[in-house]
This record gives sequence, C-alpha cells and structure tokens, in this order.
Amino acid sequence: MADVPDRPAKEFLPSAPLEHLRFRACLLRRLREFFDQRGFFEVSTPVMASETVVDAHLDPFRVICPIDPRCPDQGPVAYLQTSPEIHMKRLLVAGAEAIYQIGPALRCAESGASHNTEFTIAEWYRCGDNLEGGMRVLAELAEQLLDRKPTEFLSYAELFQRYLQVDPHGVDTASLRKLVDSHGQWKRVDSASRDELLEFLMSQSIQPHLGGENPTIVYDYPASQAALARVRAGPPAVAERFELFYRGAELANGYHELTDPDELQTRFHQANRLRTANGRQALPMPDRFIDAMRHGLPPCAGAALGFDRLVMAALGIDDIAMVIPFKADRA
Amino acid sequence: MATYNTSDFRKGLKVQIDGDPYLMFECLFVKPGKGNAFYKCKLRNLIRNSILDRTYKGGESLESADVEEIEVQYLYRHGDMFVFMDNKTYEQYEVTSEQMDDTWQYIKEGMNCSATLYNGNPIVITPPNHVELLVEYCEPGAKGNTATNVTKPVKVETGAEFQAPAFIEMGNVIKIDTRTGEYVERVRT
Repeated sequence: MADVPDRPAKEFLPSAPLEHLRFRACLLRRLREFFDQRGFFEVSTPVMASETVVDAHLDPFRVICPIDPRCPDQGPVAYLQTSPEIHMKRLLVAGAEAIYQIGPALRCAESGASHNTEFTIAEWYRCGDNLEGGMRVLAELAEQLLDRKPTEFLSYAELFQRYLQVDPHGVDTASLRKLVDSHGQWKRVDSASRDELLEFLMSQSIQPHLGGENPTIVYDYPASQAALARVRAGPPAVAERFELFYRGAELANGYHELTDPDELQTRFHQANRLRTANGRQALPMPDRFIDAMRHGLPPCAGAALGFDRLVMAALGIDDIAMVIPFKADRA
Repeated sequence: MATYNTSDFRKGLKVQIDGDPYLMFECLFVKPGKGNAFYKCKLRNLIRNSILDRTYKGGESLESADVEEIEVQYLYRHGDMFVFMDNKTYEQYEVTSEQMDDTWQYIKEGMNCSATLYNGNPIVITPPNHVELLVEYCEPGAKGNTATNVTKPVKVETGAEFQAPAFIEMGNVIKIDTRTGEYVERVRT
C-alpha cells in the first residue's frame, strides 16, 4: 500500500458530530423565530467591504480586489468584516427600526477552544431601546434559547466587589497591579495598562464564576472600555455596555449605542493610537459610516452574539470544533 | 536562539524560561470580545518535570528552548531505563521511564525516534508520527465484520493496548498514529 501522507488520520472528516450540527440548525431556526416574532427583519450586509470598524483589539483580514483577473495581486484593498456593525448602523440611519443579521465574521489570529478565525455572529439593533431595553432583549433571548431563567443582572462594580472586594472604578492602578501580581501567573505586570489589569482580573478571577446556573448579564463597564457604547456621566462615569455570560463563557456583547459623531471619531482615533502602540497597523477611517453618523443615528441599543458559543452553551460543550462542521485547522 | 511570539504558541512548543527548557503542553487562547488577548499556558519543566502556569498577553514572546534534536535508534529496555543510540555517533543514551511518559507504548527495538538533548542529555523522546505494531492478543472478532466503528481493545508487541476495529485478529500488523494514540489502518494480516 502506498505510504499514507504524514498528517493525522481522517482529517477529511467534519470536526463536529452530525447530531450537533442538526441541533445547531434547530437552534438557528429558533433564533430567527425569536427576532421575527419581535418585528425585527433580517438583513445581509457585505462580508467584504472597503470600510471596517476601527477597534484596538480586532484585526480584520485585508484582501486585494483585483480589477484585472490576470493580475491577482493588484487592486484596491478591502476588509472582511469582524462584525456587521457599521453597515447595520447605516441601515438604521436610513430608517430601519429593528434589524438582525446572522452570518459569518472573521477575525485574524483568533483560534482556540472557544475561538475560530471564521465564526457565525448574530447581531441586532432596535431603535428606541436604552441600556435597559437592550439588556431585556438579550436576557429574553438567552432565557428562551438556553431554556434557563431568570437572568441575573450585575454591574461591573458589583462583580469586582463580590469576587475581589475592590471598587474597579475607584481603586488606584498600583493596587490593581499588586492584585494581578499576587496571581503570580503574568510576569509583565509592570508595563500593563489599567484596562489590561482589569481585563486580566475579569477573565481569570471573575468570568469562570459567571452564569453557573442561569444566564448572567454584566453592565456598566469602565468608561475606558466603552468601545462604541454611550458613556453615562458619573461619578463614576460608566459605559452603557453589557455582556452575557453563561457557564463561565462570554456569549454576547451589547451597547446602548453611542450616537455622537464627534465622540465616535475621537474613539476611532484613540483605538488607532493604541493599535500602533501595540505594533499593529492603523486602520483607515470608515468615512461613509462617519457620514452616516453625522446624518444621525437614532437612539438605539444593539448586541452581537457568538452563535457558535450559544450552541456550545446549549449543548454543554467546551470546544468550538465540536459545533462547527470544519474548524479552521481542517477547512 | 529563535523567538516565539504568542501567535506561534501551541501545544508541543519547547521554550526557555528562567534558564530552563520547558514544554508547552497546554495553551488556552482567552480573549474577550472587546479587549486584549491572553494565552493561558501550562508548561512542563523538561529537567525537573514540574508544572508551571503562566499567562501571556498577545504580543509577548518567549525564547526557544536551548535544546538539540537528534535521530536515535531504540536498542532495548533495561529495568527502568530505555536505551537509545545516536545513529551518527553510535553514542548510547539512557532515558528513565518517567521521562518516557507514554512513549514506551509506541516503540519497539530498532525503531528510529527523535531525541531532544539538553546539555548533551536526552530529555524527551518523540516516536515517528505513525508506527506499525504486531497484535499479540485480542478477542476474536466476528468474521466478515468490516465495520470500523465497532472497536475492541487489542494488545500489541510493546505491551500497550489500543482500540482497534472488531475485524482485527491476532498476528495482524496495525498502524497507530502516535500523536493521538488512534488506530489508522491494518497493514498486514
């Protein structure tokens, strides 16, 4: 017999069992029903576009769009979406009131037990919703699709108080550094920023405890971690941002959306400064999106959910490869 | 010495930490939807066998371990020691069963393996990705049952047990993937 190529046996097979994929299809149908029943309509915005959201920690795939197929390496640059956010907001500006989308999103260099470079994102927006309204939609979704209730609501400050006995908004950075250092696992604490220290504590010391029984929604994040959420004046000023956790896994992230175009531009520039400081390339300003924001984004709330993670949560599985047909390493 | 960035981190990487070589045997990628990526790693000290838990932020880096890889031949087992020979210099090396971990399951006398040397001493033996082993004992299988999804334990010439399809019989030679410990195919009947 000819020599078998030197790769693991049976790599042609799917990474997930077919019964998981059938369950996934069923959950997908229920997710669509959830939105359809509430008057949202489904949209499909471009996966590939010349504009992309400027985020300090998200890296879009950069692709060349050849004009002449004989010169495949020449042409304008486009990006594959890391989320459909900016195009969906342009639809809100144009008058859409409640929309959702379920489709692919891609993020460079994200791979692990709960990450795949290409994944399925479910994202939605509804005009008129504030922080509370946005959280209510997310809680109903989690309760209905995971069949667990009631959802627990905890502010970021309550969380840190409960698990670490510190006030995350008021504590000085030196004390935070000490707290992280006492874990003894991360050696470059000296050069860490305040947000990095908070993120470390959140992901290592707090997140594993969240949503053990029922879904948990965390809200009122530090203003420095607002991303594209509205900041509510303080003290302390907090970002009207919320996240869903279930059995220690982060499933969704949402905002009472920032509508101020000047503030939005400032945040994009901040994100780019952080990108270059961390050795990443700056991303171009998404001008059409900024124009849309200047035209006027109506007050709204929205959220994005990792659909693959929802399937994992519902099945009680901790490896994303078990819920998608072909994980990137065998695609 | 090469440098590994967090994006190179994976199971099996050999790195140098505080002067000692370590094997990364677990690497968990943790990243919130908004925020920095962290890599939660478990590393085994290749000299002392102790375990280290370390977390790295995306963008940090580690030096590659100060080790050398050579090709060796497995000669024989002597009590608790496994004896190997450098195929080029004919120098012999002894490796303890503790260092061997579960590698003994795959190797038979005369087989070529890769040895990781640190300061001239072997610290890790890596068998070929695929090995062919003789089945010494198994329960008889149903004749004509060619299904591969019904498995049974079979004992091979190294003394180890693997799961193989029901049609495998004593005296068959089977191919095993040493990275997963899984049966690949029947080589000879």
